[in-house]
Formats: sequence, structure tokens, C-alpha cells
Amino acid sequence: MSEKVKDLRGTRLSAADLESKDTITFRGRPNAKYAWSAGIAYTKYLEELKNGRIVGRRCRQCDRVLVPPRMFCEQCFRATDEWVYIKGTGKINTYSISYLDADANRIKTPILVAVVDLDGASPGIGILHKLGNVDIEKIHVGMPVQAVWKPANERKGSVTDILYFEPIKEK
Amino acid sequence: MNVKRRVAVVGAGITLFRRRLKETGKELSYLAANAALESAGMTMDDIDCVVMGTAPDAFDGIHMKADNLLDGAGATRKPYSRVYVGGGTGVFSPIGGWWHVASGLFDTCLVVAEEKMSPCIPHPQTAFRTIWDPIITRPLNPNLVWIFALEMNRYMKTYNIPKEHIAMVAVKNKGNALDHPSAQLAAKITVEDVLNSETMVWPVQRLDISPPSDGAAALVLTSEDVARKFTDAPVWIDGVGWSLDSAYWTNRDLCFPQYVAEAAKMAYKMAKITDPPKEVDFAEPYDPFTYKELHHMEGLLLAKKGEAPQLTADGVTQRDGDLPICPSGGLLGVGNPIAAAGLMKCCEMFWQLRNEAGKRQVSGAETGVAQAWGDLMQVGTVTVFRR
Repeated sequence: MSEKVKDLRGTRLSAADLESKDTITFRGRPNAKYAWSAGIAYTKYLEELKNGRIVGRRCRQCDRVLVPPRMFCEQCFRATDEWVYIKGTGKINTYSISYLDADANRIKTPILVAVVDLDGASPGIGILHKLGNVDIEKIHVGMPVQAVWKPANERKGSVTDILYFEPIKEK
Repeated sequence: MNVKRRVAVVGAGITLFRRRLKETGKELSYLAANAALESAGMTMDDIDCVVMGTAPDAFDGIHMKADNLLDGAGATRKPYSRVYVGGGTGVFSPIGGWWHVASGLFDTCLVVAEEKMSPCIPHPQTAFRTIWDPIITRPLNPNLVWIFALEMNRYMKTYNIPKEHIAMVAVKNKGNALDHPSAQLAAKITVEDVLNSETMVWPVQRLDISPPSDGAAALVLTSEDVARKFTDAPVWIDGVGWSLDSAYWTNRDLCFPQYVAEAAKMAYKMAKITDPPKEVDFAEPYDPFTYKELHHMEGLLLAKKGEAPQLTADGVTQRDGDLPICPSGGLLGVGNPIAAAGLMKCCEMFWQLRNEAGKRQVSGAETGVAQAWGDLMQVGTVTVFRR
């Protein structure tokens, strides 16, 4: 704001004002529904998750193995070349502990969230998922983890066919 | 780069930033646009074209809302366009205005940025649910704050940054905002207040986050010839830059915003800046979260990788420090009506460079840099202003 300007523009409204009967407000809710095709790359990705396997795509030009898979390499801007099966193990790239649900409501039992760099994919190629069966105090960047899958008959071809990633026990 | 002509900023205007404002988006656009025109000593008759910057439609709840806002932005029967890069929109909107004038196509351009997040009830967070990839991300029921917490943690771990240093950003910006008449969350707080505030998504705590807000801001841009007719003190847009990184954000290096660096390099090259920390007098990097100010100082090449927190702890980024950062009070203090918050940063540069910032004035300010960020943590938009 310029010191030359003396008038402040705008009228504050409180939450109570917005709800009160003497304020004229209107309510609405969109009733739009969608059905998405998973596309070429993700259809294969999801089918293989149903089989209990993680699959990526290799670009032979930059020699990266890409997860989630795509039919084109966004860096080389050419078609990727082949499907590559990835182990269900990896290392925690970063993690967070969420006390908010998807609508920003407070929750008591936190959701443990991580980007997991997958073994067999190129360095820095991670996926977003959850952590489970882990002591919160012991989670750390670089922690080796493995996918815990739903039982085969409960998988439906979704990223949630992996329940979460858990620490790999020291042998 | 072949820039046909220099572009001036000759007016700026802003509304209050509040969690809820009674005015409609159109009315807010009018208030800000009108204030900018008054500041320039112009009327709509002097304006050749209008650029609207406004971010996700889902907050206002009006699809393709720029069309709805048009009348409030003074754009009826004028060349009008909306520019949009999510949270980066606010600083992208004057870039959109700049190319209208720099190209020689128009002599004057009114840039308006509007955001009303309050219509989305009970909390605009719900609208963010629809930005995720529906196939591979939404089934995990993500909260938008997750990705910032993940990025913040990666940044802290990579450079071994103490949370205390990050908390100082909130203390500084909310304190700076005490001198900004539009500010929503100005406050005198301590590092302990930040560290003791509610944990939302660790390591992000309540006082690390900017609020949802309503508000609008506007700038008037002109060619050099027109600027000379209206003012003795034009501010120049000497550099613009923008860059977006891959939407596959889990495949990226989360500890350094390379896309911000690309945008900054483009803007610095245009402004002939070769040593940013020496040649930039103050900056308004995007600070929707405390750590983002630090991340963006590094992306803007104003600090070496991992060193922005120490500069903050050393007081370098205070308003009277060697490199004042967010003298306005930033999003953490003034508020975060998304597109309007980014343009607020450009307005701040205008007032600082005209020596009109009053109690917020940075002494000897000749070159300022503003930056915004957004989409899926993938866009950097940068402007360099000089007096």
C-alpha cells in the first residue's frame, strides 16, 4: 500500500456474517461427475499392480526407468521403449506426518506419507505412497522400505492395491 | 532476446486482504483496478487492453471466472485475456501485461488479479482435492499440505536446517505486515510461538502456513512514451521470466526449485543482472509457507543452496538488513488471495521503488525482484522492477 493512499477498500465479512440470515448469501454445489480412462500407460501400470507387480517404462535415449510409467519421455520428448518390472522395495526420499485429512479436518491418528525412491527405477524416480507398520520416531530419510500388498483377491487395479510401505527388517 | 521496447509501471492499487470480504469478485476487481488507475492519474479511456490474473476457478465456484470478472476489470469491449499458472499467476499477470506492451501492440495495459477463496465452504482445501491426477494420486486421498510438508522435510534434511531458522520467516513477515494497511495476519510473534503452534502436517505447523484470503490487486503498465506523459517517477519492468517443471513431481529433486532458477536466469539476463545478491536491493519471493521463502531465495540465486536459513538467522533479510526479503509482510502476513497475493508483491515493488512505502520503506531501493510459484510445485514466475 502506498502511504499516499488513505482509503482502505473492501468490507470484512466474518464467518458468522456469511451464515447469518440478514446477510444475503447464495449456496450451490456443482453436480458434475466424471469417468476417466486410465490411458495407455496407467492401464498397464494398474493391471500390473493388480498382479502384485510395479512396472515402469524405459527411455533408451536418457536411459531412465520411469515410474509412474508414461508412453513418452518428457525430457527427450520421444516415445519410451519398453516395460520394465521394478522391485517393490525402495528408500524413503522424504516423508511427512499428516494430522489433516483430505478436507483439512483434524485427525488424531496421523497419516504417514512418503515419497519412496524405488529400487530398479532411476535415481530420484519416486512415487507418493503411505507408510505403515512403522514406529513414527524411527522413520528417516533413506530408510529401506518394501511394499505391503493387499491379498490378491482384494486387489482391483489401483495404487491402493499397495496398502503401504513398511520398513525392511534388518536380517 | 529481442525486447522491442521498455515497459513502465505507472500505477498500483490493492484492496484489503481478509479471510472473507463482502464484495463479489467483480466488485473487488473494480476496487483494485480503480485504485491503480487513480494512482496513475488515468481513466479507463487511457487503457488499451486488460490482462486478468486469477487462479483456480474452484475457489470462487464460478467456472471460467475471468469472463465473469471482466466488467469489474474494466475490460468490456477491449482486448482482454486471462493468464493462469496456478499459484504463480499473480506474478505471471504483469508478465502477460508486459508482453502486450513490450511487443508494441498496445501502449497501455491494465493488469488485475482477483481471488475469492471464501465461497468454498467450509474450507477451500476441499477444492484442492480436484487438482490431483485422478488415476494415480487421488485414490490415496491426499491433502495439498502433504506435498509441501514432503518438500520442506527434504529441504531440511538435505541441508540440516534447524526448524528455528525456518520459523524466523514467519516472525519477520508477520511483523513486517504490521506496517501494511491491507494485512490480514499481521502480528508480533516469536520463534517459540511458531514452534509451539499446532502441527498440521509435520514439519509444517500452523504458523508456517499463510491463510486462505479474499482480495484483489492491480497495476497499470505503459510504454515509455506514455509513462513520461503521466509521471516523473515510472518504475520499469526490466526483466521477466517464467518456467515450469514436470508434473511428475515425485520424480523431481524436491530440495531445489530448478524451475524458479530457470525463470530467474531468464529475468536476470533481460535485466542484465549478473550478480543477483549484489545487484538486487530487495526481493518479494513467494512465501505461502515459511520454508518456501528460503527455497525461493535460493531458486532466485539470492542465496547459495541451503544457505538462505542462515542468512535469515543472521538478520540479513530484515527490512533494514543487507537483503530485505518480503518487506511487504508477504503472504504469511498480508494474506494469500492467490493471484492477488502474487500481484501484491509487484505492487510492493512499485511502492518501494517510488519511495511511497511509508513505514515499510527499504532505504536505497533501486532494484527489486518478485516471484510466485504454484501449480503442482512446478512453476516459477519472476519479474525484475527498477526505478
